[in-house]
Amino acid sequence: MAFTFAAFCYMLALLLTAALIFFAIWHIIAFDELKTDYKNPIDQCNTLNPTIEKVKKIKRVKIAIKLVLPEYLIHFFFCVMFLCAAEWLTLVLNLPLLAYHVWRYTSRPVMSCPGLYDPTTIMNADILAYCQKEGWCKLAFYLLSFFYYLYGYTAFSAICLTLKIMQYLENIHTF
Amino acid sequence: MSTAGFNSQNGTGTGQTYTNGPSQNPVALQQPPGVGYGMNHQPAYNPMQTKVLGPPSPALYASGPYQPVPPGPQLGSYPPPPAQPLLTRPPIGVLPSHTPPQSASPGPGPRQAQATPPAQATPPPPAVTSTSYYTGPPAWQYAAPRGPAPNHVNPAAAAPPHMSHGSAQPPGPGAPPTSIHGYPQPGTAPPPMNPPPPHTYQPNRPAYGPPPTAPPAGPPGATGTPPPPKVDGDVAGNGPQAPNSYNHVDNRMAGAAQPGPPGRHLGHYPSLPPGYQNTLAPPPSSLHPALQAATQPYIQGPQPYQQQPGGPGPDQLSPSMAAMSLQSGTPEALRVVNLLQERNLLPPAPVPAPTPCLTQDLQKLNCSPEVFRCTLTSIPQTQSLLNKAKLPLGLLLHPFKDLSQLPVVTSSTIVRCRSCRTYINPFVSFLDQRRWKCNLCYRVNDVPEEFMYNPVSRSYGEPHKRPEVQNATIEFIAPSEYMLRPPQPAVYLFVLDVSHNAVETGYLSVFCQSLLDNINALPGDSRTKVGFITFDSTIHFYNLQEGLSQPQMLIVSDIEDIFLPTPDSLLVNLNECKELVQDLLKSLPNLFEKTMETQSALGSALQAAFKLLSPTGGRMSVFQTQLPNLGVGALQSREDPNQRASAKDVQHLSPATDFYKKLALDCSGQQVAVDLFLLSAQYCDLASLGCISRFSAGSVYYYPSYHHQHNPAQVERFQRDLKRYLTRKIGFEAVMRIRCTKGLSIHTFHGNFFVRSTDLLSLPNVNPDAGFAVQMSIEENLDDMQVVSFQAALLYTSSKGERRIRVHTMCLPVVSSLSDVFAGADVQAVTGLLACMAVDRSVTSSLSDARDAMTNAAIDSLSSYRQSALTIQQPGLLAPACLRLFPLYILALLKQKAFRTGTSTRLDERVFAMYQLKYQPLAFAMLMIHPALYRLDDLSDEGALNINERTIPQPRVLQLSVEKLSREGAFLMDAGLVMYLWIGRNCHQNFLSQVLGVSSYAAVPEKLCLLPELDTAESQRTRALVSWLRDQRPFFPSLHIIRDESQLKPHFMQNMIEDRTESALSYYEFLLHLQQQISK
Repeated sequence: MAFTFAAFCYMLALLLTAALIFFAIWHIIAFDELKTDYKNPIDQCNTLNPTIEKVKKIKRVKIAIKLVLPEYLIHFFFCVMFLCAAEWLTLVLNLPLLAYHVWRYTSRPVMSCPGLYDPTTIMNADILAYCQKEGWCKLAFYLLSFFYYLYGYTAFSAICLTLKIMQYLENIHTF
Repeated sequence: MSTAGFNSQNGTGTGQTYTNGPSQNPVALQQPPGVGYGMNHQPAYNPMQTKVLGPPSPALYASGPYQPVPPGPQLGSYPPPPAQPLLTRPPIGVLPSHTPPQSASPGPGPRQAQATPPAQATPPPPAVTSTSYYTGPPAWQYAAPRGPAPNHVNPAAAAPPHMSHGSAQPPGPGAPPTSIHGYPQPGTAPPPMNPPPPHTYQPNRPAYGPPPTAPPAGPPGATGTPPPPKVDGDVAGNGPQAPNSYNHVDNRMAGAAQPGPPGRHLGHYPSLPPGYQNTLAPPPSSLHPALQAATQPYIQGPQPYQQQPGGPGPDQLSPSMAAMSLQSGTPEALRVVNLLQERNLLPPAPVPAPTPCLTQDLQKLNCSPEVFRCTLTSIPQTQSLLNKAKLPLGLLLHPFKDLSQLPVVTSSTIVRCRSCRTYINPFVSFLDQRRWKCNLCYRVNDVPEEFMYNPVSRSYGEPHKRPEVQNATIEFIAPSEYMLRPPQPAVYLFVLDVSHNAVETGYLSVFCQSLLDNINALPGDSRTKVGFITFDSTIHFYNLQEGLSQPQMLIVSDIEDIFLPTPDSLLVNLNECKELVQDLLKSLPNLFEKTMETQSALGSALQAAFKLLSPTGGRMSVFQTQLPNLGVGALQSREDPNQRASAKDVQHLSPATDFYKKLALDCSGQQVAVDLFLLSAQYCDLASLGCISRFSAGSVYYYPSYHHQHNPAQVERFQRDLKRYLTRKIGFEAVMRIRCTKGLSIHTFHGNFFVRSTDLLSLPNVNPDAGFAVQMSIEENLDDMQVVSFQAALLYTSSKGERRIRVHTMCLPVVSSLSDVFAGADVQAVTGLLACMAVDRSVTSSLSDARDAMTNAAIDSLSSYRQSALTIQQPGLLAPACLRLFPLYILALLKQKAFRTGTSTRLDERVFAMYQLKYQPLAFAMLMIHPALYRLDDLSDEGALNINERTIPQPRVLQLSVEKLSREGAFLMDAGLVMYLWIGRNCHQNFLSQVLGVSSYAAVPEKLCLLPELDTAESQRTRALVSWLRDQRPFFPSLHIIRDESQLKPHFMQNMIEDRTESALSYYEFLLHLQQQISK
């Protein structure tokens, strides 16, 4: 056995967490843009003329908002993987976030389509601040878990490697 | 720019612009052609002339608030110009001069003794003609500060203070009642003050009278006396004194110390509160037995309690008397009031808005409180100070209000700050002739060449005298840079429910008749378009194309996938196809007379209407009479009638589906606004349906139990509302941006709109009856600022296809001490903003949460006042005078339809009440929160207003308590959307016969909704009052005349806020509850 399932899980989680970090950054940028929209006034001389710049910005915000569901799914996906791999510690570490995601999605505003953010309330300063904070917290969490997975992966690989070496050595000894 | 340029522009500008609706500027009609800048407000302005197309009622409404009455009549001490029959409410105008003596003593901090200048008024100097719009007190809220205002520019006002007091008193009809009730000064409104230098004014010093040309506010001792009366100079020069400027102790009566205290004595509870004593005595007997029972607890309540405050000393009067003598240095707004001991807190006339403590010059220029109001007229310096005060900071706006005097500027360049895009306004400072400093971001900008020329005075080199710099409310005709696309035409689409249920209510004929009557008064120009869609289980379109002999009905039954049968001919030019439209309107009511279709596919109809309007944008008026139950957007009934009265939480306040919200956002993107008229007896799920209007900046009208025969009051209301709705001014494709001084930021908006960015509201349509509220927060400390400014700019397309910008700017002082923050609190605005916040809370969280939050708001602010701002601790529930009505208003909110529990309330009515609280401008929302009660059977002409040769009596506003009712009287309760006239069982025969035209009490009909037009003085007076009250608001309150047995009596009694009901506390109990919580 060259590669245990757990090591594979860690490797996958590592890659996916990298993606999640990217999502989180995008999320933070999007909400920051929403918030500071008006604070960059000179090039935005006429608020009515949505310049291309602005349209781009709006698109970016929309994309960021659409990334929420994939993020949840990805996180859910590798939680399941860890469950299968019986990596209990890692699973427990991830459970709070999973629970938060479930709670967040069930308490979302009434919406007919998938999504989390209501365009009519998103500009409310409290919600905006909450979302920004959420973004930073998630970023921190994903960063930490990225290193954790990296460690897990290398640890597993190391174990595999040592096992392999030991096997190899044993083989040599048997010779 | 040249003179010619201006003149020609103005000529055409003013000529064209005032066409639509009541706010049209009469100045245009009166001005000599040469002057025509739209700026010189003639004082003699006849409101009737405003009406170009509008119907009389809107015109009257419009003229109410801004009647350019010269300041004189209020004070009576200077001769009113002959041609001024108009009077604003006199009592308040007079009242400031009856302020109890408050000898100024050095308070904490830099306050100094000072004398208010005498109240002798002289006309403002002629130099400020262009601001006469502000000097004329437009309405009563505005009147109070006017008294002293002219003094500062009056060199001749040399009478000693007490003399002027004497001279001001006689004309005051309001004086006797006020002195009885111990609140001579109704106001949270402190008289506006100059910031005096410490040593300048002694109480007996005659008015400080700098010559009119000198800066009135410039303290002689100040180092930098500003040069000529230049607004901006004052900002800079007098700025440093601004923190002192709240020190507006009203000393003008220093010589007449007596009048105050006796009043207070009377206002106190002796050993029992006088109010409660009444209930002990054989009660005024008009009380319903049940209500009498309900008031019983009062009697027991206060008695044991009375010992508590008296604990330290047996004398009941001592605590507050002591407070008075010790606190006498504080301004009136901070006078300590023991709410448990002083009962008659309600001023006899509507509560005026407090005046910010700015220098006279700034205040004179400041925006009218009817348009722009802040909950704290003194802005705290830091967020922590604001948190300490526990009062919400926010603005209440009525930006598109019908104004009778509105300066309009046509200019090819609109001067704005290069950095923050603020429009130039009266509060900027001019560094020199060529440069001005923005008052929001402090960037220094250049004055453009053409701004150097002043079209009003036709002089060059006086940029600070331009109308833009002299008026806090101004309108610009915007050049093409402000257009995304060519200005859209006025487009009106009517979407009508014609299901069986709708036909049954009979609204269709009323609607068609109203539209027929007003079809020529629809605001618009030659491009105006109209269209009609009717729907039941199918959607019916009407082809009205020119050339057809009669309207063609096209039925689309595929409601799942809606399409427009003939996209080009459904919206037609009104002028070209007027006959066809009229034909259609005449035939519509008959067309569906026999329909048996009971289903309603509202969602599809809205989609169709959206498709029809999306190329142009415009207004969609939807008339709906039942729950939509077919196709997209179908809803289920969510209301459980058994739960209406439950004291538990109310469910289903949030929408059931987001279909309407999403459609509203689509509409908003295409500049379509949806106005919803809901006429229904059953549950319609307004919480879901309302979203369509809420996010597209429409308005919601609700007529519960509408029926053409069974409910004539609603029919009349619907008719009047429709008339106003169809003819009122309208602005298309609008956006509103609110800017504020660096350091402040916008937290949340309330109202009907879509928030497009942190400070930008997208308003597909804006109408003159819409109010907005904005919560603010302080992000950076406002350390080195004396004043902050707020600017609301509304960019819209008028119905004539002109792009216009209406700009309102308000300037407020910054203070650093908590007591100053309290002194500047505007209790009505605070209540209005809290109501908006509570609506949000009850939707996102729960109703009980919202109720708790409101109670906590009162508890927190009063306890913070007690702990931090009060220097002497004493027993009782203490509040600063400016917040003395706060607990009452909070209680009123708790008992308001929107938030009450335990009383049977339909879900739709509750949701509608919530919409109203958010959407109505403050003045009307306040009536809905705390109705006004008047006694009608003893109306007299004393203190009456005179408007257009009609005499309008001004009765006292009574407390909302059954104890104020008497069986011998007749009482009018004005609750905003509805008025009740309650007739006591033993009502004077005279009143019954002279006003109601009936012989006896028993002969008063059960359902009487209008006052008969009798030719008696009493009848005329009563009708004048009722119609005056109605004319003051843009919607039509229906009048119900009720007797003891009437079905509506419970509704009347529910508004008796100070009384106890089965499920709610009485005012006194509520106060005790507050006190208990505070002392915890």
